[in-house]
Amino acid sequence: MKSETLAALQDARTRRQALALATRLSDAAEALIYSDRTEGPLASDPAVVAAARRALGIGRSETVEVGAQRIFLNVYVPPPRLIIVGAVHIAQSLAPMASLLDFDVTVVDPRRAFATDSRFPGVKVMQEWADDAFEKMGLDVSTAVVTLTHDPKLDDPALEAALKSDVFYIGALGSRRTHAKRKERLAEAGITDEQFARIHGPVGLDIGARSPAEIAVSIMGQIVEVRARRLDALAGPKVVAA
Amino acid sequence: MSDALDVLDQVGKWKASGKGVAIATVITTWGSSPRPVGSQLGVDDTGAMVGSVSGGCIEGAVVKEALASIADGQPRLLDFGVTDEQAWDVGLACGGKVQVFVEKVG
Repeated sequence: MKSETLAALQDARTRRQALALATRLSDAAEALIYSDRTEGPLASDPAVVAAARRALGIGRSETVEVGAQRIFLNVYVPPPRLIIVGAVHIAQSLAPMASLLDFDVTVVDPRRAFATDSRFPGVKVMQEWADDAFEKMGLDVSTAVVTLTHDPKLDDPALEAALKSDVFYIGALGSRRTHAKRKERLAEAGITDEQFARIHGPVGLDIGARSPAEIAVSIMGQIVEVRARRLDALAGPKVVAA
Repeated sequence: MSDALDVLDQVGKWKASGKGVAIATVITTWGSSPRPVGSQLGVDDTGAMVGSVSGGCIEGAVVKEALASIADGQPRLLDFGVTDEQAWDVGLACGGKVQVFVEKVG
């Protein structure tokens, strides 16, 4: 791997940009394939670029035969991201668990007493309203959003903003009754039943969770499950078609 | 942070400090192998490691080849698996097979 290639991979990570690195196994010749451009000597082979674009599309690294060449396609996608709305007790368990699972974690809460770095060591904390914070971060398809404040004034704008994006997971803490009331409020704000159905509520897998840490496990389990199913669905049909 | 990217970070730091560095990558797997395609192990010229290409069973052999690659600049393609005659030395306990590509950085 060339030093410039290493630098390009690190740069793409910083900018949360997906790319594929094609390497010819016989001589380590390389090409970088971005969604909008290509770089490197191997990029002059259209068949290699086409194969790399397909791998990039399904987000899966693989070794392919292109003519007489064996090419390894390494797909680097930005790490999944979890945005936790509400710097509450459950968030203090959920944030480190998500970090352990390779998520980039951000905790958002406009309340000064809650959103402190000392309560969330090693995690990005934004002392802002969720909809403002989302606009700065840019919600994308590899992002999950969980609301934990129990306060409609804080949770509802976050859910509305999340529903307008293509985040892969939205979860909202609260009992069935709380969730039903939430549905009524969001309906008044113009959220349809179909849109509302994207919200996982009551949040998390039903594992009988009681303590904040147990609830965090149930939420994280559900996020992992939803993400894995989505990636499977993405990879399945395209591979068959190819 | 995803572990493939942790590897790149550490490898970048080693390079910046003037060390010789190689990256080993799992490029194909058969059966139940412990780490998926794309998993990476970074190795510096003292044999220090970051990341993994297996559950720990083949790392020793991969580091040896990585050091050779740092020395001569040539890429290497390594096969590991239970059908390998080295099975008892560096076989995968899980019964899978993996192919690992090793190359020098820079």
